[in-house]
Order: sequence, then structure tokens, then C-alpha cells
Amino acid sequence: MPLIRNGEIVADTWRVLEEVEDIPAEGDVIVSLERLKNSTKQIAARADRTGVAIENSADPVELEAHLAHLDLIALEFPAFTDGRAYSQARRLRTQYGFTGELRARGNVLVDQAGFLKQVGFDSFEVTDGQSLEIWNASARSMTLTYQRGYDGGQAIREFAR
Amino acid sequence: MYRYDEFDATFVRQRVDQFRGQVERRVNGELSEEEFRPLRLMNGLYLQLHAYMLRVAVPYGTLNSAQMRKLAFIADTYDRGYGHFTTRQNIQYNWPRLPDVPDILEHLAEVEMHAIQTSGNCIRNVTADHWAGVAADEAEDPRPHAELMRQWSSLHPEFSFLPRKFKIAVTGASADRAAIRYHDIGLRLKKNGQGEVGFEVFAGGGMGRTPMLAPRVRDWLAKEDLLPYLEAIMRVYNLHGRRDNKYKARIKILVHALGAEEFTAQVEREYARIDAPHIEPEQQELKRIAAYFAPPDYDALPGDDPALALRLEKHEDFAGWVERNVSAHRAPGYGIVNISLKPIGGIPGDASSDQMRAVADLAETFSLDEIRISHEQNLVLPNVAKRDLFALWQSLGEHSLADANIGLASDIIACPGLDYCGLATARSIPIAQDISRRLGDPARQREIGDMKIKISGCINACGHHHAGHIGILGLEKRGEEYYQITLGGSGDERASVGEIIGPGFSAENLTDAVETIVDTYMGLRENGETFLEAYRRVGPDPFKEAVYATH
Ligand code: SF4
Repeated sequence: MPLIRNGEIVADTWRVLEEVEDIPAEGDVIVSLERLKNSTKQIAARADRTGVAIENSADPVELEAHLAHLDLIALEFPAFTDGRAYSQARRLRTQYGFTGELRARGNVLVDQAGFLKQVGFDSFEVTDGQSLEIWNASARSMTLTYQRGYDGGQAIREFAR
Repeated sequence: MYRYDEFDATFVRQRVDQFRGQVERRVNGELSEEEFRPLRLMNGLYLQLHAYMLRVAVPYGTLNSAQMRKLAFIADTYDRGYGHFTTRQNIQYNWPRLPDVPDILEHLAEVEMHAIQTSGNCIRNVTADHWAGVAADEAEDPRPHAELMRQWSSLHPEFSFLPRKFKIAVTGASADRAAIRYHDIGLRLKKNGQGEVGFEVFAGGGMGRTPMLAPRVRDWLAKEDLLPYLEAIMRVYNLHGRRDNKYKARIKILVHALGAEEFTAQVEREYARIDAPHIEPEQQELKRIAAYFAPPDYDALPGDDPALALRLEKHEDFAGWVERNVSAHRAPGYGIVNISLKPIGGIPGDASSDQMRAVADLAETFSLDEIRISHEQNLVLPNVAKRDLFALWQSLGEHSLADANIGLASDIIACPGLDYCGLATARSIPIAQDISRRLGDPARQREIGDMKIKISGCINACGHHHAGHIGILGLEKRGEEYYQITLGGSGDERASVGEIIGPGFSAENLTDAVETIVDTYMGLRENGETFLEAYRRVGPDPFKEAVYATH
């Protein structure tokens, strides 16, 4: 599953930790929400980075107490038509002030690149076979956005009307 | 009327280019139909029974002559010489070819139009009172707000993959001509005690298989707060609306499941922590948009035109048309002209390209270049001086556009039904044609008076049958079409959902049943009460008895 960040395919330094594995002291790992809640102290003491993957039905409020120890939050698209993670991302960025990496995973389609960026995602696990070229073209296909307060293209607020 | 600036124009062009690329990828197989589907839907393109169907947005139902001419051009060039105006104030073309669609969109962009979000699980084209800005009973013109919402909802990054489609309607008048409580969000501009104008907000209405009237979630919302508040509603819905069952995915189900109070509390909580200052449009931006909707320069005319009075006396047909089709205008000496797209026995909402061009010309000559589309599938010339009414009526007559039946029994709303629609369970157009022929005698329908008959070809209720005084729903059992009748529905400020009167009827017996209902009403009405008033007084029983005794 190629990972795209900043318009490039990059090596993924993160590893998703299996439920049966112990939390290692080193290495960038992504844990489940359960794990995060149950092993708070252990995670806070880690030398390397920790991320969490949450389901798209989870309320970001559950992460609130842990945000200081999180460098990455992975949000899920079980189907590309299931848009809950857009609102989760938006909440994490604007209401919880999360500044770490927001990763989109699951059924992530190239044609959603622009929207994903605008709500605050910055890395994307895209389905095999989608070319980087098309991804970047898609992310750039709309350079203007009407919505105020969203990232991405040139927002209407910055446009001298 | 709103005019695109450079931002709007570039936005729409980029969207066309983007879709052109997507169509190419579909045609050469890079995109599967499943992946292409939500993309084409967000550009108004459906796959129907026989062909693709393109639905073009007419935002809040307002357009000018150049735009109408372009619609006629598209009908001639890419379709079969006609278009179908819908209950969503849109126009549909039934026969475009997929590779042509990007070109059609480019033509539309030339006249500041598009097909963005006329379908798909996103915020649909915003609808508004078709008399907005000219109605005599208005607190404020809702169109600047509708335009603001058009912009805000266009390719909204957070709300483009909702559980289900999402429809917003807005009115500024006390009489509700936009059926706001039948929408996912309904907005009404009103004045408070201090003379300030704000919104009354309703959420969770809808038709479909579970019709619901939207409860009020906010009695008063300051105008500037509209977008942040809408975002709060949308976010609660996007996160918590059901996605496991498409028939339970509309916001009305969420509102109903939580209860209006709890839903409202969740929205208010979200609203309290939303990044409002960032989302709110700037005052100057609101002013910029509103300036486009400033009232035009009306001539200073006397309220009554003496020449008109004379014509009315001499021409009975003309007088009948003025009575039904011309409504009160806020400017003295002007009228709102409603053009019926419901010729007796015709297809509701269909217009030929010749008719579109004729209306465009007449709007230029007589209506300050403005045309409206009503959700009742008729056209409106909103700014006609009374002294011009006679000439206008004569010209309309030359194009078979002078039917004097607005609001009468033959002014029927009907969805495309099984003749076009892939989801249909029964035909609706032939049913409408049959009823129209049966009840359409001019004297008879005038005698019957105000009557809204609305027909849907399946449970999705695009023909608004739940809101029909007489509603007709086409269904299918073992390969046979049959039709359920509901009575007492209404989409106005006293909105109600029609009640099913009993077992359905075959296509052959349906028109008889409708006629029996109408005759029953004629027999029992008192003091000139309308059908709806009479129904509300006597209830369904007399109608049931009459209908099921004879069939
Ligand atoms: S009501 Fe049903 S048949 Fe009619 S247009 Fe809608 S989906 Fe099609």
C-alpha cells in the first residue's frame, strides 16, 4: 500500500502494532484506541513516536487526554463513500488543536485527494495501482475553494472580491 | 441577479476540466463504474433506464434570458429538442451521451451555470421561493442567502460524502411556497420585535418512504451566523446519520431517532465549539452578494392600469388567465406572471426548445430579463408591468404557453416515472395526462378551485405526493402497476402529510377514483372552502365511502 505525503511516495516508517505484540520501547508504532487507553503510562514513556488508529465511529473526545503523546492519528475510510472521517479530521484539527500527522487509510480514492487535504489530512495510504501523477493532478485540479476556514486551495477569503 | 466574478468563473471551469478528465478515465477503463458513479453523480449525471440523464442546476430557480437560450441550445444539440423542469427547480435532459457531457458543462459555464451537486450524497442545489424578491408578503429576499449557500455548499470538503442526499430550502415570505418543512433543512427569514431579520431554522423534514415534517431547531438565528450553524447541523449528521441502510440514512431518521430536543442539543453543542469566526462570511462579502439582488429599477406606475381593466372586460379568456396566473407584485403597477407548463393532456414540466427561446425573448421584452422555475414545474416571469400583460398573454398563446390553470386540478406535479426513471415502480406521466384530460375542462376546473394533485412513480416521492391535496403514488405488485391515493397533504405554511385512504387502484380505475374524490368534495363543500379546507373539516371518511362504494 503506497504512502503519499507532500505529493510524493514515501517510505512508511510507521508499523501497525498487532494486538498480541508488546509495546516496544523503540520504533514508530500505531496502536489501537483500546491499547492507547490501557497503556497510557507506557506510551508516554516511549522514546520513539506513537500513533493511534481509530474507527470512523469513534468520537475524537476519547483522544483528548492522550494528544500530547500522539504524533499520528490514522482515520479510516471503510468505503470511499463513507465520509465520517472528514468530520473527525476537521474536529481534531480545529477543536482539539492536533498538529501531528493525520493519515487517511482504507478505501482512499485519488479523486478525493483535494477534499482530504482541505480537512487537514497530510498523509494518504492509497490503493495499489493509483499513480502518483494522477493523485497529484487530482489534488491540484481545484485550486479554489468557497469554504472559509478550510485548508487547501486559495480560499475565497483570500480572494479580493 | 447574481453574476459570476473571476473566482466563480474559474471555479466552474476547473470543475469542468476535472470532470472531463474523469470521463476520459472512465471511457478508457481506468475508472470502474462503481468508482465513477459518485463522481458523475456529483456532476449531475445519472444512468437511467434508457440512457444517461443530466440534471442541470438552476440555483434557487432564478435565471436570465441568455441562460434560458443556452438551455434551449443544449436541448437541440445534445438532446431531442426538449427539457424537463423538475420539482427541484432544475432542468433535466434525458438523452445526453457520456462523451458529450463535458462539452455540455462547458456550454453551461459560458452562461454561468453548472450541474454541480444536482445529485449524489451531498448538499444539493438550494431551492427557494420562486417569487423571491417580488412577492408582496416577504420579510427579505432569500436569494442572497441562497447564493451564499450555493457557494458554501459547492464541493464542500467535509460534506461531500454524506450518508445520503441533503436538501436545503429557503423562503423569506410568510406564505411558504418552498415547502421548507419537507426539506432536510428549511429556512425562513423573519423579522423580530426590533425589526431585525433572522432565520427560523427547521431540520429533519423529508418525503420518501417515511415522510416527516421538519421540527423547528432554532427560533432565531442571526443572519451572519447562518454558515457556522449549518456546518454544525451538517457535522452532527455526517458523523451520526445512519449509513447501514439507505432508506434510513436521511437526516429525518436521525432527528426522529434522537428526538428533536436531543438532536437540537447536539447541534447546539457542536455550534458552541465550532470555529465560527473563520466560517462566517465577511460583512462586505454578504453586501457584495446582496447588491446583485437589489430591486431593479421599476417604472413608477399607477397600481391599476386603465387599459388593462378594459381588456379584462372584453376578453374572457384573458381575464381567466390573469385571475389564475398573475399574482400580486410588491411594486405598484406590476404583476408576477406564472407560465403553466401543464397543457391539458401534456407532460408536466416539459418544454420544447422553441418554448424556451420564446420565454427567453419574452423575459427580455417584458420581465427585466428574469425568469424563475417553480418547484411546481412551471415558469415565472417575475417582473411584468400590468400594461404589458395583454401583449404578453397573446405571445404566450402563440407558443402554447397560455394555459390558465395555475393552482388548478390540471396543474399536476408528476415525476418522470417509469417512462424514464431507473428507480420507478410505475408510470406517472400517463397518469397525469389522463387526470388532466378528465378534469381539465376550463370551466370545470375553475369551479373546482385550488387543487394540488401530485404524482410519484415510486416511494422516493420526487413528485411530492405526500404534499399533494390529492397525492398519488405508483407502486407495483406481481408485475402490475397500482396506485395508492393519499389525501390532505400540503407543503405550505400549514404543512401536513397526506393520509392513505385505502387499497390502491389500477391505472384504469385511478382517474375514476380521483374524479369521485373531486365530485365528493364539490358535493360537501361549504361557503367556498377549498378542497384542502373541506378535507380538514370533514376528514377522510366521506371520500373513502364514495371511492370504495363505487369501485
Ligand atoms: S419518485 Fe421514483 S420514479 Fe419518480 S423520479 Fe423519483 S425515483 Fe424516479
